[in-house]
Amino acid sequence: MRENRAEVTCGAGDYHTPGADQVLENVLENVLHFITSRRDRNAVSLVCKSWYRAEAHTRSELFVGNCYAVSPRRATERFRGINSVVLKGKPRFADFGLMPLNWGAHSAPWLTSFGAAYPWLEKIHLKRMSIKDEDLAHIARSFPSFKELTLVCCYGFGARGLAILASKCRQLRVLDLIEDEVNDDDVDWISCFPENVTCLESLSFDCVERPIDFCALERLVARSPNLKKLRLNQFVTIAQLYRLMVRAPQLTHLGTGAFSPSDNLAQDGEEPDYRAAFAACKSLVCLSGFREIVSEYLPAIYPVCCNLTSLNFSYANINSEELKSVVCRCRNLQTLWVLDTVRDEGLKAVAATCKDLIELRVFPIDAREDCEGLVSEVGLTAIAEGCRKLQSILYFCQRMTNAAVITMSKNCPDLVVFRLCIMGRHRPDHVTNEPMDEGFGAIVMNCKKLTRLAVSGLLTDKAFGYIGKFGKLVRTLSVAFSGDSDIALKYVLEGCFSLQKLEIMDSPFGDSALLAGVHHYYNMRFLWMSTCRVTLQGCRATAQALPGMVVEVFTSGSSAVRDDDEYVNILYMYRSLDGPRNDVPNCVRIL
Amino acid sequence: MDRLESYECRDLNLKATELRLGLLGSDERESKSGSGVTKSHKRAFPETAEDCISSTNSSRTPDTDRNGELQDCTPPAKAQVVGWPPVRSYRKNNLQQTRKISSDHHHHGNGGGMYVKVSMDGAPYLRKIDLSVHRRYPELLQALENMFMVSIGQYSESEGYSGSDYAPTYEDKDGDWMLLGDVPWEMFSSTCKRMRIMRSSEAKGLGCQ
Repeated sequence: MRENRAEVTCGAGDYHTPGADQVLENVLENVLHFITSRRDRNAVSLVCKSWYRAEAHTRSELFVGNCYAVSPRRATERFRGINSVVLKGKPRFADFGLMPLNWGAHSAPWLTSFGAAYPWLEKIHLKRMSIKDEDLAHIARSFPSFKELTLVCCYGFGARGLAILASKCRQLRVLDLIEDEVNDDDVDWISCFPENVTCLESLSFDCVERPIDFCALERLVARSPNLKKLRLNQFVTIAQLYRLMVRAPQLTHLGTGAFSPSDNLAQDGEEPDYRAAFAACKSLVCLSGFREIVSEYLPAIYPVCCNLTSLNFSYANINSEELKSVVCRCRNLQTLWVLDTVRDEGLKAVAATCKDLIELRVFPIDAREDCEGLVSEVGLTAIAEGCRKLQSILYFCQRMTNAAVITMSKNCPDLVVFRLCIMGRHRPDHVTNEPMDEGFGAIVMNCKKLTRLAVSGLLTDKAFGYIGKFGKLVRTLSVAFSGDSDIALKYVLEGCFSLQKLEIMDSPFGDSALLAGVHHYYNMRFLWMSTCRVTLQGCRATAQALPGMVVEVFTSGSSAVRDDDEYVNILYMYRSLDGPRNDVPNCVRIL
Repeated sequence: MDRLESYECRDLNLKATELRLGLLGSDERESKSGSGVTKSHKRAFPETAEDCISSTNSSRTPDTDRNGELQDCTPPAKAQVVGWPPVRSYRKNNLQQTRKISSDHHHHGNGGGMYVKVSMDGAPYLRKIDLSVHRRYPELLQALENMFMVSIGQYSESEGYSGSDYAPTYEDKDGDWMLLGDVPWEMFSSTCKRMRIMRSSEAKGLGCQ
């Protein structure tokens, strides 16, 4: 959508004739249509006023990484032609229960503004925001061309809102609900999609924790010829999965639901040929689900393994043999998520076959500190030796060694994301009993493309010295139970000049460290410090030094931080163009 | 509820084992000097050993044995620190449903939690609570109070939950809604399908035999 040309002024300071200037802007706008990266666009907008205007006219996707960094009004006034929006709300540590429930991140004010400014809006992507049924209804009413809704880690809505959306958005192509908390209401939203052929290309509802009307779903799939991605919830049995697959052999991404028979074992007839159903889906490249897997059914997926690029077993309690039987056929796998039930042996099998692996995530089946470690440095080393193209790893374990981490740093030079979570707090290298400093040091030293790092285990200030010295591209750093003193945080704040997101929990960093970052905080999206040693005075001093920052202090419960508390429980601080927000609950103080 | 409630989530303390409910009084906690230096508690009561948490972390001097501090209290299983390990609640909750049907496999250290949904009248959010970490009603009620930031009051057999606006109820496997506390704990925890914290006015008809 282009803004009316007549509104563009010649601008102050022009020495050219208006005609030529206009031509230049037109040309520029045509060129800018090809620039989609928001970082490039931000750079373009800084060149001069004319370029700023041209960029603002031509930007079609709005990305707001922190919904409180800018007001809806300011965003909609600058960008007039947006058709796609990405909004993020709460910081990541909210996922772990550390924020008060009613903290904020409400989507309503944004959606209201969008309704007025962008009636042609087609796509909305929200992450960690609150969105109610009324908000979904607002979307359905306000945007006649609405096509794509993606909600990641959101909450506040239920089937009632989904029903309204499904029935009113006739051009809906994508409805992806990913790890949301969906209210438990009893509305049959699947039946609300239009009765005739739909435009649906992607439907993901694995996080909806109620059974859906299966017959309605089957009919929906049958009348959705463009459906390529379908992710079912755990209430869809394997027999039902079969029926859907035979109606949709064109699927590329499939979330398999329970992957087990229903509890009611009364069968009418023999079991269908699951293997044939998978074999018929010749385009399948991504598999997930397996929420209540019965491993006897695993061989059914063998026919598609050679084409798989992405496999998510992170809810599947399978052992190493079972994983091996699958991955040995997955030569083209690039993304793999598993539970640690596959053990080091399973990871060895992955390393042996999946030479193109780019992303690996190993989640714990039992997320506690003191249980049996199912994966260890053995698995990590195997992956390091086998998967040289690895770029991203998230690895939960109970114990680790520096040697394994150093091996990975040397073998996987393309690492962009390294997140190691040794679940036992303060655990040293279990072979040498040394801190894990050298391992993480090697990662920042050797992995020159590293932008995201999460550390754990026993770490002294030395580790942070390494991070500050070598982690020049690190944008996101997650720290927990680490470091000895303020100097550790100072190393990071002074050295990591690309740092945008810093989240720290339970580490001994205080006011002196907090104030050491004052030169850098405006460049960051946020700073989170929970259960550290910052005081109210320190936070106030920071707030005074940086008027453009919003400094929030709160606790993870319902009570507010008190003046006589020795330390602030949680400090969450972020830059904002529009000052403190006006929807602060009582338990949050803004300094 | 005062600020100490924020520690309730982190440190299940002696209060969790007492039968009385209600607001927190002055606390017997050793150290209020900021959560960064809370020491681990040595527990006197054997049945509460598993509630002991060593939420130690950062107050280390060079000659302190880090492992020594962690082993200061020796429970069979440590209670968990809020937010650690950093696994999303969504994932933690849903893994509990992962089950193996085939007979020749063992559960590998699965926590075996029993998560049930809890709703509260007037609250827009549904939560989940793990019944298996609690052993008796007072602990569960305390957890519910913390979770929904509400006071639930005292239970009595004759009067139900007096003294507050809310009453905790649950749906059992027969689909009946019962008042929390009417049946012995074991029966409750094995038959509870989900819970609802109702307004007292609505709960009047329940469970008052």
